[in-house]
Amino acid sequence: MEAAVTQNQDPAKTLLEVNNIEVIYNHVILVLKGVSLKVAEGGITALLGGNGAGKTTTLKAVSNLLHSERGEVTKGSISYRGDAVAGLDPADMVKRGVIQVMEGRHCFEHLTVEENLMTGAYTRGDGRGAVAADLEKVYTYFPRLKERRTSQAGYTSGGEQQMCAIGRALMSRPETILLDEPSMGLAPQLVEEIFGIVRDLNEKEGVSFLLAEQNTNVALRFAHYGYILESGRVVMDGPAAELRENPDVKEFYLGVSEEGRKSFRDVRSYRRRKRWLS
Amino acid sequence: MPEQFLFATEVVLNGLMAGVLYALVALGFVLIYKASGIFNYAQGVMALFAALTLVGIMDGQVPFSHLINAIFGTEIHHFGWHVPALLAILLTIGVMVVLAWAVQRFIFRHLVNQEPILLFMATIGLAYFLEGVGDLMWGSDIKKLDVGLPQGINDWIDVTTFEAFGYGFFIDNLDISATIVAIILVGALIAFSQYTKQGRALRAVADDHQAALSVGISLNFIWILVWSIAGFVALVAGIMWGAKSGVQFSLSLIALKALPVLMLGGFTSIPGAIVGGLIIGVGEKLFEFLIGPMVGGATENWFAYVLALIFLVFRPQGLFGEKIIERV
Ligand SMILES: Nc1ncnc2c1ncn2[C@@H]1O[C@H](COP(=O)(O)OP(=O)(O)O)[C@@H](O)[C@H]1O
Ligand SMILES: [Mg+2]
Repeated sequence: MEAAVTQNQDPAKTLLEVNNIEVIYNHVILVLKGVSLKVAEGGITALLGGNGAGKTTTLKAVSNLLHSERGEVTKGSISYRGDAVAGLDPADMVKRGVIQVMEGRHCFEHLTVEENLMTGAYTRGDGRGAVAADLEKVYTYFPRLKERRTSQAGYTSGGEQQMCAIGRALMSRPETILLDEPSMGLAPQLVEEIFGIVRDLNEKEGVSFLLAEQNTNVALRFAHYGYILESGRVVMDGPAAELRENPDVKEFYLGVSEEGRKSFRDVRSYRRRKRWLS
Repeated sequence: MPEQFLFATEVVLNGLMAGVLYALVALGFVLIYKASGIFNYAQGVMALFAALTLVGIMDGQVPFSHLINAIFGTEIHHFGWHVPALLAILLTIGVMVVLAWAVQRFIFRHLVNQEPILLFMATIGLAYFLEGVGDLMWGSDIKKLDVGLPQGINDWIDVTTFEAFGYGFFIDNLDISATIVAIILVGALIAFSQYTKQGRALRAVADDHQAALSVGISLNFIWILVWSIAGFVALVAGIMWGAKSGVQFSLSLIALKALPVLMLGGFTSIPGAIVGGLIIGVGEKLFEFLIGPMVGGATENWFAYVLALIFLVFRPQGLFGEKIIERV
């Protein structure tokens, strides 16, 4: 985890570059239609968009978890630190420092919280001592996990499971975490807590994040840069602060406009209108 | 009546020992099912194949000798040496690991994400294929397997119980060693899965394939590992059964004995396989002893299934079947 801290200074350096990728599921379902994005070293990059926009698919294309879902990158390229990473195993990606925290947490239900965390260290070969030290470190970021260390993960709360999933990823000593919908199904207060920890990890441990979120509001408060995805295409991108002030984003993703809050229904009808226009 | 009670006790003890074997075979099923969701129909044939291989190696048989002789017109059958039991067991474990690798490489790697029924069909195919390979490699004659385990009545128990109750219990030494070996094996398996990194990874894969992949666990490796362990368990069961009744085709039918054990104990529970095995072992012997004479005997063939069916109706997840944890 400390390894990346030293290089935190140069924000312009690109860690991950996704270049115009197309993804097809089951050989027929075209889901991503040319997505490009960059993740800067030491930054939090948000990938925003509604349900079904292709956020999860993009993350899985990077972590190479697509194969096991019968998905395939058919065009474009993905590089990490300049190396093409297309044909690698998920395990190779983890060893290179890129790990995904999946949507819906996916803790190992019948393993204890601590066992869950330990599985994160599976690919490491730097000895028990180092792993034990990192376990303690994870516990300092998530004191609640320490309290529940011997509980079966399946019996912990949604927030604890989200912490467990992030903690598990941290145990691999990642450089970049692909974090998928951490806010899903959590109370606003917990969402704040989790995003606060994400910011801490980013600032103190130098972990870079590619963060997929439907909760645009929260994501843009914590992220440095954002991409907005709509039906498999990037429709807008920019520094988070600018996106937050952009009238379109305000209206269609933050749910506020000059006239006040828009209802979900209005947003939907607008989308339909926009499709006719484009 | 006390005499009747003594007989019954002896029957129970013998039932326990038979149950240990059922439990071992059931354990092989549970391991693979838990980790990969595959119901391995070939588990019984794996036990047969392992026992055949062990005998073949010990006796210095030339594998595929019929085939070789038929092609080259030669008459070779034996290398002319005998391999000590322990070394032969180690070599057989090696063969079972290669088998595990081949099964994964040539069958299940191509069936990732397929329907469970398809995977099940594949194991049926594997069972018959393996049976054929076993025959072709080592011949289909009945073989004697003796790895040096003590056999015959245990005199000490016989004498002690005779002095105490006036009736000497007949307990076979082979059953006693089988029980001890099975206990050690189960203990080792539990220790492995609870306290080692690979064991933990194995349980992680059993819980959630996708999440396991995401932390960098190789499913391929874990599945080879699981099939290897199941192969090893099959070998132990094969040795015990083979030492008792010889190595022949019927050995593969112990799988049928394990089925009711699984119905009773649940397909995903290691303790369930053990307790289920013991219940079936004791139950069928006791039933045969108490009720058998009234209905004309031969109850051992069906008792286990009837018991399992009753269980299935009232407790479908089995004795210890894991509860499905609902996400909060
Ligand atoms: N395994 C799959 N097979 C087929 N289609 C899929 C699969 N996973 C996702 N999709 C489809 O791809 C689209 C994008 O999904 P996803 O990447 O999960 O979006 P998001 O994460 O933004 O909600 C959706 O229309 C979804 O139905
Ligand atoms: Mg998603």
